[in-house]
Amino acid sequence: MGATFDLWKFTKTALFYLAVIAIVVIAVFPFYYAILTSFKTGTDLFRINYWPESFSLANYTAVFSQGSFPRNLLNSVFVASVTVIMALFLAVTAAFALSRVRFKGRGFLLMVILAVSMFPQIAVLAGLFEVIRALGIYNTPWALIFSYTIFTLPFTVWVLTTFMRDLPIEIEEAAIVDGATPWVIITRVFMPLMWPALVTTGLLAFIGAWNEFLFALTFTSSNDTRTVPVAIALLSGGSQYEIPWGIIMAASVIVTVPLVFLVLIFQRKIVSGLTAGGVKG
Amino acid sequence: MVTDVLTASVPAAGRKTRSELSQQRLRAARWFLVPMLVALSVVAGWPLARSIYFSFTDASLNDLYGAEFIGFGNYLRWTVLDSGVVRYRGTLADPAWWNAVWNTMRFAVLSVSIEAVLGMLVALVLNAEFRGRGIVRAAILIPWAIPTIVSAKMWAWMLNDQFGILNDLGMRLGLLSQKVAWTASADTAMTAVLIVDIWKTTPFMALLILAGLQMIPKDIYEAADIDGVHPVKQFFKITLPLVRPALMVAIIFRILDALRIFDLIYVLTPNSAATKTMSVISRENLFDFDNFAYGSAQSTLLFLIIAILTILYIWLGKVRFDGGDR
Repeated sequence: MGATFDLWKFTKTALFYLAVIAIVVIAVFPFYYAILTSFKTGTDLFRINYWPESFSLANYTAVFSQGSFPRNLLNSVFVASVTVIMALFLAVTAAFALSRVRFKGRGFLLMVILAVSMFPQIAVLAGLFEVIRALGIYNTPWALIFSYTIFTLPFTVWVLTTFMRDLPIEIEEAAIVDGATPWVIITRVFMPLMWPALVTTGLLAFIGAWNEFLFALTFTSSNDTRTVPVAIALLSGGSQYEIPWGIIMAASVIVTVPLVFLVLIFQRKIVSGLTAGGVKG
Repeated sequence: MVTDVLTASVPAAGRKTRSELSQQRLRAARWFLVPMLVALSVVAGWPLARSIYFSFTDASLNDLYGAEFIGFGNYLRWTVLDSGVVRYRGTLADPAWWNAVWNTMRFAVLSVSIEAVLGMLVALVLNAEFRGRGIVRAAILIPWAIPTIVSAKMWAWMLNDQFGILNDLGMRLGLLSQKVAWTASADTAMTAVLIVDIWKTTPFMALLILAGLQMIPKDIYEAADIDGVHPVKQFFKITLPLVRPALMVAIIFRILDALRIFDLIYVLTPNSAATKTMSVISRENLFDFDNFAYGSAQSTLLFLIIAILTILYIWLGKVRFDGGDR
């Protein structure tokens, strides 16, 4: 147990912290570089530097003054919020039935719900296009709210069912003895206990709807109805060779910063929500 | 793992009221499930059935209803020429489709296996006790939180052939001898897609594996330490077998996700035959080339592949669907 042992221990610790630093740098660097780029304009954009050297808000003013980006931002907020509210409303009652009431075919129903959440979106694209056309909501935010139900609803039902299943029976018993109906049990007994789970699933569903691209690309066709991901994907300059990188990075930073904050604030809850569906299965 | 939860029966109540109560609960349950079931059949069941139906017709984007049933023509049909040569048509005889199938499979296998290894490493790091662990956990959530389109654009800029920071970094470190057109060149387009996907989804993998790691009781390792078992051996003999269920679930979720990849490839390497996947080629036929029925056939084939894998997963993974009665 002399110097060699300490050296080995030291190398191990050094390697470990090197790995830690590598993980953090790789995870954060692209976002950092996007922020760095978003503050560069003109020829500065094409000078590669690793630390901030110039500072200009021109890209941000351009994003908000040219084109329909503010409108796209509003569309995204509206679509994602309404999608989440509808999914949670439908999911809470369904999750109660699936987790607290024993009935025939419950296992099969849960299987169908899990299967729907694994659907490739492309498989329903043609049929959804037809339904959306028939309903007359093509190229409106409602087309997106309608179609996003396909991935938000199974997910919220699944997570809320696993959560409700673990709530103790005693609180429900007491309510039943007092003569409470299932509706009263959900709204008065379970809802107050479920706020953490509702916030988590709501947030995850919000992120899913906020980031969705395929449906948004297909079911909207004008600048005013697009959501932010599509708007960013289609941002282009005067010609194919003039991609406005500064403006794209500014728009990217604007849509990502709120998400990053939400995720960092709720990180513990998000991690438990993400793993609830998976690991317990 | 999950304690048994009593469901319909309530021991405190009497026998008669108990059955009345459970009747009432059953009725309520039915009404609670109806809205969800209606919603799911309207947004998932019916459109899926229609998509499959379209794949057997000659529907076009502007004429969905005048379509005629043509059987398996979009999948495979053949004509015998006068010379006696048989000519095959349809998706299953289309080299572009098989190229997309190959791209999708290659992408899914490569990305998921690399993500599993890296995710395991990150999870092992996060499972260790050290100062600043919270910061690392927060940092790895950032790639996960960034919208796919945004990460595709961010990386497209970093991978830019002339002004990209990665070419600059690679040349400074002597890893690259010349600037590489990562996203444009057919040789490197798939690598570019893999880099971005691995960066974005390794955190998800790591968090799922970490949850599995945290369920392993610490005293197993203490016992192994006392017996002088080498840490590497500990990993392969203790950690890996015990974390396997969580790892398998994570891998299968990721495979199903990777097979349907669309947005990253659509934005990062548009129109590149080297990366075009089943979802991309199918949407292209559906809406860009006005081969609506042909695209439907392709999307139906992708659905079949994913459906078979899902059934295998449920069957092999023995996922329990019995609600509270574990």
